[in-house]
Amino acid sequence: MKVCMFHLMPYRELPEDFEQRTESVWITPPSELFDPARAHVMYNETLDELEYAAQLGLDGVCVNEHHQNAYGLMASPNLMAAALARRTTNAALVVLGNTLSLYNPPLRVAEEYAMLDCISGGRLVAGFTVGTSMDTNYAYGIPPATLRERFFEAHDLILQAWTRPEVFSFNGRYTKLRYVNLWPRPLQKPHPPVWVPGSGSIETWEWTIRHDHVYCYLSFYGYANAERMVQGFWEQVAKMGVEPNPYRFGFLQLVAVAETDAQAQADYEEHIRYFYRKCLHVSPRFAEAPGYRTMASIRYGTGAFGRISTAERMAFTWRDYVDRGMVIAGSPATVRERLADAIQKLRIGHLMVLLQIGSMPHELARKNIELFAREVYPYIRGTWDDRWQDHWWIKPVAAPASPAALRG
Amino acid sequence: MVAAQRRMVQLRDGRFEAEVLTAGSGQPVVFLHGASGLYWDDFLSALAERFAVYAPHHPGAGGSTGLEHLEHLWDLVLYYYDLFDALGLESPAVIGHSFGGMVGAELAATDQSRVSRLVLINAIGLWRDDHPVGDWMAMTPRQLARLTYVDPEAPAARARWQPPEDPAARTEWQIARLSSLAATGKFIWPIPDCGLHKRLHRVQCPTLVLWGQRDGLVPPLYAEEFGRRIRGARVEILPDAAHAPHVEQLPRALELVSGFLAG
Repeated sequence: MKVCMFHLMPYRELPEDFEQRTESVWITPPSELFDPARAHVMYNETLDELEYAAQLGLDGVCVNEHHQNAYGLMASPNLMAAALARRTTNAALVVLGNTLSLYNPPLRVAEEYAMLDCISGGRLVAGFTVGTSMDTNYAYGIPPATLRERFFEAHDLILQAWTRPEVFSFNGRYTKLRYVNLWPRPLQKPHPPVWVPGSGSIETWEWTIRHDHVYCYLSFYGYANAERMVQGFWEQVAKMGVEPNPYRFGFLQLVAVAETDAQAQADYEEHIRYFYRKCLHVSPRFAEAPGYRTMASIRYGTGAFGRISTAERMAFTWRDYVDRGMVIAGSPATVRERLADAIQKLRIGHLMVLLQIGSMPHELARKNIELFAREVYPYIRGTWDDRWQDHWWIKPVAAPASPAALRG
Repeated sequence: MVAAQRRMVQLRDGRFEAEVLTAGSGQPVVFLHGASGLYWDDFLSALAERFAVYAPHHPGAGGSTGLEHLEHLWDLVLYYYDLFDALGLESPAVIGHSFGGMVGAELAATDQSRVSRLVLINAIGLWRDDHPVGDWMAMTPRQLARLTYVDPEAPAARARWQPPEDPAARTEWQIARLSSLAATGKFIWPIPDCGLHKRLHRVQCPTLVLWGQRDGLVPPLYAEEFGRRIRGARVEILPDAAHAPHVEQLPRALELVSGFLAG
């Protein structure tokens, strides 16, 4: 079992009435709400929090990519990973992921991932992301009907660039290159492990399994809600005659640990509510452009995965968050038990825990990280290892170079 | 009320199958639909009383397949010439609404011999920074309806934008609508300017530009823009209509279009 700390890096200081007076947290949040002086603090706190998790021994730290929103400020995940590379030693750098169709040419992903792998001594987990509709269609202008095709083609180019020793040409539909000859190349062989985050497109399952990558389900409505969807993934695994190794699967779970269950509510409720009400305040105008999901996915998903309405989301109480497993919150014992249940039910080999949530301030995030790392992580880390091997994990160098001491 | 027949046409050894609604006889008229989809409505029905009407679903919309083989607008233009060939249409009149208007204009400009007369109804394809065309793919059906129709609640309008009650029918309706939006969107996302302004000077056939004055999506100044750029074009702007004058002002629209087509 591998456990990584995930960070969305939300803008933590939106006004109280944000969702009442603005249309959307994504694409059109008013620019005057962004204070770069506060963002300076937030970026550094975010990096501090991830480094703290790494320091306390979690297996990895995760960054991600989103654009033009207050939900998550990592427009360039590779910049965040580069900052983390020098201040972490053993932790995997899980970049989940580069939204492939937004890099022109996608060769840039191959190069930057190679740099990160070299700089970190072979600690990169390379996430390949299709991307949300907000990011790809509305922020970056990618025609929805072409998105998946671009993603598949970019993936092929990147893997070829990493693995083909000769200078080659790539005559793709979306990218044409005469001379591809990557310098640098990644440290890990044959290449860094590839993880593919998704949220319900059935084509992604088949493609991910066929390419022997990890499929990560990132959704905020908890493992109870996810069960039916994840079952679909494991059915696809079985249908393809592939072994149900839990390390084929990654899952994101919001976790909030306190001394007692009651203390967890006292500490975290306000920030979790901020997340669900403000961070997820996405206008239906931008949530899903026509053609973003294939018609096959829409037919499969309509009604089956229970898309949550705005009204429902706004009405959630603490009990809803907890009882539906949207957040696993409580004392260390409660969290251990609920997490163990989720891990078994969904067969999670790569667990990603969101330990800074919504408006959660830095000191509280540190508390959550520390309690999780000391009181929960040791109890779950051994899961699966008696039976299954993780073929999708980092292979770092034995004696990594460490940064020289700064001289005054 | 003339009902349409469904005709399935194979193109390029089966790479494409075009679903074409057709009715009537006489002078051939091709109708190219807008982003939300094709409706065999009273307008087409009335035209079919006087002309041979051919209304294809754009590739990727309705039962028309092969969208994956078309990358650029140029591919779509050539596709339509292939479809005209397969239907035995040498030089039909072409009526294009909204997205279909852009395509019709490109067809008339590219091979001047293939379009005998052109009708542009609230056509997209031009862009002015001071009056940007609305982003219909970032609107809910209701928001779009308010810009498309003066009276979205009138029966003819409501039938086109309101989903059915029954859940199964609703799903299929949504899928049909999304397919058409996605398929047309492929060519004009994110800004519906594919360079038509560089080619409009090549339109030589008689052209009627028909617009609804209260179009909230593509304001009537675009009618003037088309009118200026196409030699000899006639511009008619109907006051009590928005983005779909052939729906909301059917008698007047029919009179103008029929009269124009008959020459």
